[in-house]
This record gives sequence, C-alpha cells and structure tokens, in this order.
Amino acid sequence: MKIVVSVKQVPSRDSNLRVNASGTWLDESDLTYEINEPDAYALEEGLQLKEKLGGEVIALCAGPERASQTIRETLAKGADRAIHVQMEDAAGLHSLTTAKLLAKAVAAEKPDLILTGLQSEDLGYGQTGVLLAELLGWPHATIVMEVEPRDSSLRVKRELEDGWFQYVSLPLPAVLTVQSGIKKLRYATLMGIKKAKSKEVKTISASDLGVDLKGAGGFSRIYAPERKKSAQLFTGDAKRAAAELIEKLRFEARAL
Amino acid sequence: MSILVIAEHRGGAWNRMSFETIAAALELGRGLNLPVEAAILSANSAALASELAKYGVSKVYAVTHPLLEQYTADGYTAAAEQLARKTSPKLILFPHTYQVRDFAPKLAARFGKALVSDVVGARASDEQVTFVRQLFQGKLNADIAADLNEIAFASIQAGAYRAAATSENNAPIEPFEVSLDASAIRAKPEEPFREAQRSVDLGSAEMIVSVGRGIKEKENLPVIEQLAQALGAEIAASRPICDNGWLPMERQVGSSGQTVAPKVYFAIGISGAIQHLVGMKGSKTVVAINKDEHAPIFEVADYGIVGDLFEIVPALTEEVKKVRG
Repeated sequence: MKIVVSVKQVPSRDSNLRVNASGTWLDESDLTYEINEPDAYALEEGLQLKEKLGGEVIALCAGPERASQTIRETLAKGADRAIHVQMEDAAGLHSLTTAKLLAKAVAAEKPDLILTGLQSEDLGYGQTGVLLAELLGWPHATIVMEVEPRDSSLRVKRELEDGWFQYVSLPLPAVLTVQSGIKKLRYATLMGIKKAKSKEVKTISASDLGVDLKGAGGFSRIYAPERKKSAQLFTGDAKRAAAELIEKLRFEARAL
Repeated sequence: MSILVIAEHRGGAWNRMSFETIAAALELGRGLNLPVEAAILSANSAALASELAKYGVSKVYAVTHPLLEQYTADGYTAAAEQLARKTSPKLILFPHTYQVRDFAPKLAARFGKALVSDVVGARASDEQVTFVRQLFQGKLNADIAADLNEIAFASIQAGAYRAAATSENNAPIEPFEVSLDASAIRAKPEEPFREAQRSVDLGSAEMIVSVGRGIKEKENLPVIEQLAQALGAEIAASRPICDNGWLPMERQVGSSGQTVAPKVYFAIGISGAIQHLVGMKGSKTVVAINKDEHAPIFEVADYGIVGDLFEIVPALTEEVKKVRG
C-alpha cells in the first residue's frame, strides 16, 4: 500500500508564545519546534500499516526551511522518502490554500491512502484531511481510532462525541484523519537516524505548484485573549501557598 | 439574503450546541440586519423541525431525503450544497461538533471558501463579520475577517454563546427536497454504538483531582494519587493523559470525555484548552495549579497557584492531611 502521511511542524508545547510587533504571527526568535502530535500518531499508523501490508510511506510537509528537521524525524522513524512544500509564511494561510498546496504536491504520487492528524496544535483548524479528500475527489473519514485494511477498501472506527463510536467502510483511495492515541508512538532508533540521512526529500515551492498565495491570508490580527475572570492567586513558597489555598477552600469556599 | 444555521441532531435528539449557534446567528443578524433561518437535515424531520421553529428564527428548512437517515459526509454535503445554492445565504453557521468538522470544510470548499472553524466570538459591521477563534489551545486569539459580499462559513465552539431561548412564535417550516444519488455516497456507515458501560461515573463525584500534561510522565502520577486519596477525591485527566494510556479513557474530562460538576475541581498541570473547559466549567469551585501564569485554566479558576506542581501538590497533600487529621 502506498501511504502518504501529511505532517506539520508546530511550535513546541512549552514555547513562550509572544505575538510579533505587527500582530500578525508569533515572534519566532525564541521558539523551538516539534512535529504536530496528532500527525505523529498518523505517521505511526502509516508505518504500522506498511509493516503489515508492505508498500511505502511518504511524508508530506508544507513549511519553511526549518520544517526539514521535522521531515528528517519522520524519515528516521521509518518513512521511506518525503516531499517538502517549501514556503516561508505557512502559518498565515487559511485552511483551503494549505490544502490546495498539499493536494497538488501529492496528486502525482497517486497514493492509496493519505493519513494526517485530526488537527494541528497551533492553528487548530482541523480541516486539512477533509479538504485534501475533497480536492482529490476521494472519500474520507475523520477522528479515526482503528484502521482495518480490506482488499480495496478500509473499515475504520470513528470516534463520535459523548462516548459514541461508529465503524465506517470506505473505498480506496481515501483520506483518514487520525485521533491521537491510536497506537503507541515509536522512537527513532540510532540506525533509523543514520539511514534518514540518505533518504530522498523532494523540495517543491508553492509557485512550482501553481497555487497563488496572494490574499490567502488567514487572520488579520492575533493577540493575547482578555482574561475574563481572574483567579485568586497564591504565591510565595509552595508550603505557604498550599496552606493559604487550603485555608480559603475551608473557610471561604466552604468546600473542605 | 439571510444567515443560515445548520442544526445538528442524532437519532431524534438535538445537539444543544445547535441553539448556541442560533444565538450567535441572531446576534450577528441584528448587527447586519439579516434574518436568521435554520435548517435540519434528516430522513424525516417533521417533529424536529417544528421544535426548531420556536427558537427565534424566521424560517426553518426541513431538508429531507431517505439517504439522510444516517449521517454521511457525502450525503450531508450534497444536501447542504443544494440548499445553499437555492437560498443563497450570506453566512452559514454550524455548531463546532465532530460531525460538522467532518463535512463543513468540504461544503465551504465547494463554494471556493475556507470554513472559519472553532469560533468563540464574532463582531458584525456593514458587509463584514470579524470572527474570533483561538490558537494554541486557547493561549492566543486570532481575528479573521469574512467578506459577506460572497458566502461565508463558520462553526461556533461549545459554550461561546448562551443558547437561544424558545418563544411562543412558530416560524414557518418550508419542506426542501434534495436529490441525492446512493452511488455518490462512498462511505458506508454502520450503526453508532457505545463501548461497555463506564465503571467510573465522574459526573456524580463531589471532588475531583484532575491531571494534565504537566505531570510529564506516568511514573509521576502517584503525586496526584496521594492528593486525591487525602481528599477522598476521584482522579480524572485531560485528553492527552488518556491518549498516552497513563489513565483509562473513562477518566477523561472534556468534550470527548465526561462532563463533571463537582464541589471542587483541582486542575493540575492542565492548561485549559476549551475542549477540557466545556467538560468541567460547571464545577462549583475550581482550583488551578500550573507553571504558566497565562494558561487559560486561570480564567475559569477561583483559586490558583502558579508554580511547579511537583513542589505544590505534595505540600497540598500535607496540608489536607493536617486539617483532615
């Protein structure tokens, strides 16, 4: 099975997020980056499907030069090769433009299956997989927790809300968005890291793909949200703060 | 020329977020001087449509077809597209549910538009709406302008608006027939099901100690367990902890887990993504412990300590033991 896994590089979870001077994106000077966690689960599912069925896993990523670090990581974990859609301002694009770039970059590969995480941890649109399917004319399933391959179709378990689930069958080629936790994530081995260095990474630019990025901006301004209700905060050393908190819980909130 | 709300139901029961979305639409409708209409998509929507007609909208479209009996992305997208092409709304609003996430981006793309998903606020002026949505799990906000000279699409996050109230007035119900082709519906859904009965009912717990990513490793969980034990509280967690398998899924609080309303809720190392907040904001008293003073959890907390949970939680456990003797 030929599987494409679409991944994104996002600011690390512990980043100190500061808005840049023009209010259009973050001040990137002191950010570190990592793979979007839901995409790491999509990659894991892709690798396990390949191990079971044979075939190939191709990592697909749109982002600036620095995203090559994330691409290397997918190769070190076992992806066979990668496609990097290189562009400077990936963060400012709205969901449909990003999906157009990815769809064009991947169409010539004619994969059987595209996997991606259910949403990104930075922008959180949660649309890339659905839009890829629409633009390629393929069926999709979202928030998938299990993948059962059949001959030329898949049966997948979808998570619905409120503790409900549903099995859905869909013909290939198809797109799945993967729920975090679907499988246990692997670590890259030393051997994997070494091998990754010689794997192919094809770099394409947005203009190569014929997608116009003018006026495709997503947001007009980003800012820290107004804090509506401020908690009573206890400071000082842990012991004192803890004692004050318990005191309040007992005599003010009357909760203990 | 209207604002259209596509309401959501499952098996004859409303998703209550539909009424919050109607509230958002009514507020925008007043600002833009546009009527608000609502649509329900189903195989047989008579009863649900007449209920929807009481929520202050000016018209209800009862969109029916046998192939809408069960939700499919292909069926819903085709039906909603036919309705939108016929009625030409300026704006289509959806509740931001898992189902909407599955088809609304596809619908918007058919009109060459990007859905503005997961909206927590909106301002209307002239021919433009500015939507507010969250980035980085609620740590930042972003404004996105939508031009209403063409059609726009947005989905409204749970809890962002207070649900619209019902009135005595019944809006007219207009049947809307769509043509759907069974062979164009590619995904074949089976009946939805629930997994085995939950053995933990967090919904009735009086006190909950809930843990998030801040705990870093499974091996650190005893710190939390000791506090819970001292308090006689149930242990719960945010989604990532359960995804990692550190605690069972049934202990997850949030939009994809349980909804809780204890007397006291301790959120420890939980940043407070909206998906978590919707599951616990009914708690009487919320205590947050987090190293990031800007974490959104402090917005819903009554009391908070900013600092290292590995120092604070053991200190709390000691204090609780003292007063509980």
